[in-house]
Amino acid sequence: MTQAMVQVDGLIRRYAGRAVIENLSFAVQPGEILGLVGPDGAGKTTTLRILAGVLPADSGGARVAAQDVLHDPEAVKSVISYMPQHFGLYEDLTVDENIRFYAELFEVAAAAREQRARELLAACGMTPFRRRLAGQLSGGMKRKLGLVCALIHSPQVLLLDEPTTGVDPVSRRELWGILYSLVFGGVTVLISTAYFDEAERCHRLLLLHRGRQLFWGTPAELKGMLPGAVLSIASTDPERLRAALAGADGLLSAMAMGDALHVVVNEPARRIPELRTRLEAAHLAFDGITTVAATVEDVFAYMVSREPDQRGRRP
Amino acid sequence: MNWRRTAAIGRKEFIQVRRDSRSLLIAVLLPLIQILMLGYGARLDADHIPVYVFDQEGSQDSQALLKRFQASRYFDVIQVVDNYPAITRAIDADRCKLGLVIPWDFSERLNDAHRTAVQALIDGTDDNSAQLAEGYAQAVVEGYSNDVQLKWFAIHGMSQQAVAPLAVDYRTWFNEELESKNFIIPGAIALVMALMGALLSSLTIAREWERGTMEQLIATPATAMEIMTGKLVPYLVIGLFDAALCTVFAVGWFNTPFRGSVTALFVTTVMFLIVILGIGYMISVATKSQLGASQYALLVTLLPTSLLSGFAFPIDQMPGPIRAITYVVYSRYYVTALKAIFLAGAGTRDLIPEISAMAVYAVVIGFFATRAFRKSL
Repeated sequence: MTQAMVQVDGLIRRYAGRAVIENLSFAVQPGEILGLVGPDGAGKTTTLRILAGVLPADSGGARVAAQDVLHDPEAVKSVISYMPQHFGLYEDLTVDENIRFYAELFEVAAAAREQRARELLAACGMTPFRRRLAGQLSGGMKRKLGLVCALIHSPQVLLLDEPTTGVDPVSRRELWGILYSLVFGGVTVLISTAYFDEAERCHRLLLLHRGRQLFWGTPAELKGMLPGAVLSIASTDPERLRAALAGADGLLSAMAMGDALHVVVNEPARRIPELRTRLEAAHLAFDGITTVAATVEDVFAYMVSREPDQRGRRP
Repeated sequence: MNWRRTAAIGRKEFIQVRRDSRSLLIAVLLPLIQILMLGYGARLDADHIPVYVFDQEGSQDSQALLKRFQASRYFDVIQVVDNYPAITRAIDADRCKLGLVIPWDFSERLNDAHRTAVQALIDGTDDNSAQLAEGYAQAVVEGYSNDVQLKWFAIHGMSQQAVAPLAVDYRTWFNEELESKNFIIPGAIALVMALMGALLSSLTIAREWERGTMEQLIATPATAMEIMTGKLVPYLVIGLFDAALCTVFAVGWFNTPFRGSVTALFVTTVMFLIVILGIGYMISVATKSQLGASQYALLVTLLPTSLLSGFAFPIDQMPGPIRAITYVVYSRYYVTALKAIFLAGAGTRDLIPEISAMAVYAVVIGFFATRAFRKSL
């Protein structure tokens, strides 16, 4: 096995007596996209900040690009790139001035900078805006400019904190296009997202919930962990269905998703008629029960429902 | 330290100042306004003091004394009244600062070689101008009195040579015309440097925190030292530009003499700026907010510079304990140096004590400033 590009062992960070991240252990291979997935407060940002060398950890080990980031956070900074969740560029500088600033900080030669900037800006569809002040760009364009600045020095590892939050679908697609071409060129990417549909695009996932590591592996492996099937019950009021089905036999978890209730059951063939009977007895309207392919979100919901709650009880 | 990264940060900072109207105002317009206001407004000397006169006698002698007041550039006799209450009313209504009452037996007593007196009523609301008015009035009266004496001696057959009273022939050095603007304006440069330097440098780190650009900046290989140097050098350059601007204004507009060496002005200004910028920078690192930082920075730079540096209030007239405090007020050395350079023609060699004191401050502040900023959230 090749040397992992990112290697994390038992990483812990506490804040105000509480663990913000608890005992994380995972690795990312060169040229791999690892998705850090979880709701707000899961510890995604903290994890990325520690790996970027901008936040110290309390204990554990973290190596990035063969450097120990916990003991020497500065050593790693020239070969990685970190893009914080909030736009971190200078709004009173133009697109070109921002690019030049970051290129100089990473000591990129002027000719190389110009060529790379031209390629990256073209890939983002931002070539016409080079002289515009960064503050006058749209939200999606700011993100893309952030990515261009982050990539100007050709980093080995790219750490992106929710780069697609609040970004329009077209820009999102462009962003993922750039990520795939980078990975194709051997760059290792760690990307955090609160969107489960994006998780499917990653090679490997790290599922986080309240600072705890629920899962680390491929999306296929994740789905294989589900001890049953996912049923979708279409309804205009899935929350009421959920209440009515609480405690039903063979029901492992239930979660409202848009206009449907997704439930995980152990034996679908046997459970579908049972659930139907139960809902009809409760006089609740629904538009049929169908078996659907499990998504990352389904598995995440199932896993979270198995987690001890804040008081440490198991459901 | 990597010069390329440092230069990149400096260039960025410079662009930001240029595009931020508030910073630009502080950097260019504020020094000009300040030097103009201090040059015109903060005049400590009194001339054309308005005078009301109540001449009870109306003799040739009393008129001669009044003529002397009239001739002095310090006084303007604006009204002659014929009763005492008119004078008090005029002082109450702020129509005059000095009321002169000449008694009805003025010339009689003078010619009898008796001691006589005129009464001067002075508005003491502003003790500084009251003291000046009193001093000038005394000088006018003394001059007149001497002449009267000499005349008396002459009449009584004594030689003028033999009796000429001992007179001190004053010669004031460095500020020959005793103009307070010459005393104020060189020190005002220190005030401009303190205000401009503290405001701009206190914003620099806090701005990165407030606008959320700090996280990205500390994720780059730029070291704390490079960030500090890159951020402060533009302000040092702006500060030197402002100092030059103020000097040109002082000499060209206010006719303040500049007799010393430009090198000495440069050296002392650089050192003073290092201290001011270092303090502003440390405050910026500590507070992380632009508003808070600028207020603290003004408190620790502008306040001591305007009150305890000898800029307007002479240090040797301060009470002992306050005078002792001024020795730790770094601006006192700069203000002393500025006055010596402008008025006394001092060069670097004459200013070794001041330069040494400022060098100590520059090194100490510089040392702490380099350690103030940690590249961590």
